[in-house]
Amino acid sequence: MDEFIRFEHLGQRFDLSEPLLARLIYRRPKKFLDAVDDVSFSIERGQTYALVGESGSGKSTIARMAVGLLLPSTGKVLIDGHDLHDRSRTEAEHRRIRQRLQMIFQSPFASLNPRWRVGSILAEPLRVFGLVEDRAAELGRVHELLDQVGLSASDARRFPHEFSGGQRQRISIARALASNPDFIVCDEPTSALDVSVQAQVLNLLKQLQRDLGLTYLFITHDLAVVRVMAHRIGVLKSGKLVEEQATAELIESPQSDYTKMLIRSAPRIGSIQARTGMSQA
Amino acid sequence: MNGERGAWQRFLASDFFYDFKRSPVTLVSFVIVVTLILLAILADLVAPTNPFDPASLNLMNGFTPPMEPNAFTGETFLFGTDDQGRDLLSAIIYGLRVSLFVGLTAVILAMVLGVSLGLLAGYRGGWIDSLIMRIADIQMTFPSILIAVLIFGVARGLLPPDLRDELAISVLIIAIGLSEWVPFARTVRGTTMVEKEKEYVQAARLIGLGSGQIMLRHILPNVLSPVLVIATITLALAIIAEATLSFLGVGAPPTEPSLGTLIRIGQDFLFSGEWWILLFPSVTLLALALSVNLLGDWLRDTLNPRLK
Repeated sequence: MDEFIRFEHLGQRFDLSEPLLARLIYRRPKKFLDAVDDVSFSIERGQTYALVGESGSGKSTIARMAVGLLLPSTGKVLIDGHDLHDRSRTEAEHRRIRQRLQMIFQSPFASLNPRWRVGSILAEPLRVFGLVEDRAAELGRVHELLDQVGLSASDARRFPHEFSGGQRQRISIARALASNPDFIVCDEPTSALDVSVQAQVLNLLKQLQRDLGLTYLFITHDLAVVRVMAHRIGVLKSGKLVEEQATAELIESPQSDYTKMLIRSAPRIGSIQARTGMSQA
Repeated sequence: MNGERGAWQRFLASDFFYDFKRSPVTLVSFVIVVTLILLAILADLVAPTNPFDPASLNLMNGFTPPMEPNAFTGETFLFGTDDQGRDLLSAIIYGLRVSLFVGLTAVILAMVLGVSLGLLAGYRGGWIDSLIMRIADIQMTFPSILIAVLIFGVARGLLPPDLRDELAISVLIIAIGLSEWVPFARTVRGTTMVEKEKEYVQAARLIGLGSGQIMLRHILPNVLSPVLVIATITLALAIIAEATLSFLGVGAPPTEPSLGTLIRIGQDFLFSGEWWILLFPSVTLLALALSVNLLGDWLRDTLNPRLK
């Protein structure tokens, strides 16, 4: 199996100090928060890696570093052996790498610009990366993307507020697919959705992974979702990776106390499978 | 699809239009504002005489009371005449044009400046934000009319004397524009700080768009509805500021009288019995400023879902 993305000793330290003057007057030291502390793991091409953990465990911070939205304080993100944050690279090279990385966000309500028509939202990455020759090709690609996520071509003329949460998440997925990425970070893509709609979106993501050979980094706190989606699972606690195993092993025989506690406190395990008849990943 | 017609019918069916129809005060204000704007635009066609043309003035017509024939020439004027024999109705229509032009352009200047600085401060944060907002704070401690007088005075001092009258209107616009940008910047900064955390902005950053493009293409359309409200209310302020400056004699030159200039002229004759020279321009200014203000208030209430 070949490795697609590798996180090496990744760390993110946030400066939470008070302003300089307040520190001098009250003689307070500088305060830091290690949101992510020395985290290393890698994801195989075409597989799904799930990061689970409670709120504030650093999941989303890792997600943002994985796509280059946030610069790591320490460590590296290697994509096919190339350092994502290498400053010596030219803008054109950065653009090529960015094109391969995409993200699906948590809130289907905040992730689409309310003043833009769906067609423009989907066309933007196409234009920025110069993937289409003219208007006709652009429109064709937008329709193709909408079709790929189970929406109709006429939806391109509508505004985001005319869609339901699940449909918006489909639009969000279509936007992520627009630049033909290899790797998509899914930051709790179903946590804001109705349970019945969750399964549909998860099914779509699985199908796209099969068809397009996508690699996913799946961020979630929902172990039921993880069981359906992930090949491997990493458990994150206070910025540290406490355990990492293949999905079945982790669920069957968790090693750390924290993982056991997480599994015990997830009442809905297996329930998604029962609803959709989906097999385990 | 019939886009044009569809949009118009959607507008007629909207809550916005429903609210508008239901408020008699707003309807009356709207009619007044539209009438005054039309009068100003069509001044050349509507006004009986051209008050800026000295050749058309007859000194014998001076101080004719409204609706009474002049003792010497027998001419009648609806609003009477001033000391120069200038028809007041025409002077008001042309003055309205100057007042509205200065007010509108000053608001546009203040809006462009305030919205740009607000976007920049809100999106960038850090020292740029602190710098812009501290300047705004300092400016807010002075009455805006004082700022305008200051800018006007400095600009006149810098200009060569033969250009002063020619550029007086431009200087007036800049002075009022620079004194009214703060409310725009504050509102836009606040909304921008909320919007920039939303995920659609992250998605735009992800594909490598620069700050400028994100601010203009993504954030700007989402911060515009409060800007529209402030622009309307600022328009009333700008019209009054222009009138005040002209009344004080630092605004529009006497050769191109605005409503404020006419009120200043009228004020000289109030105690000698020629009341109409003061009254009619004042009533026009009052109607204009009040109507614009009422429209602004209504717009604020309608566009703010929290007040419903």
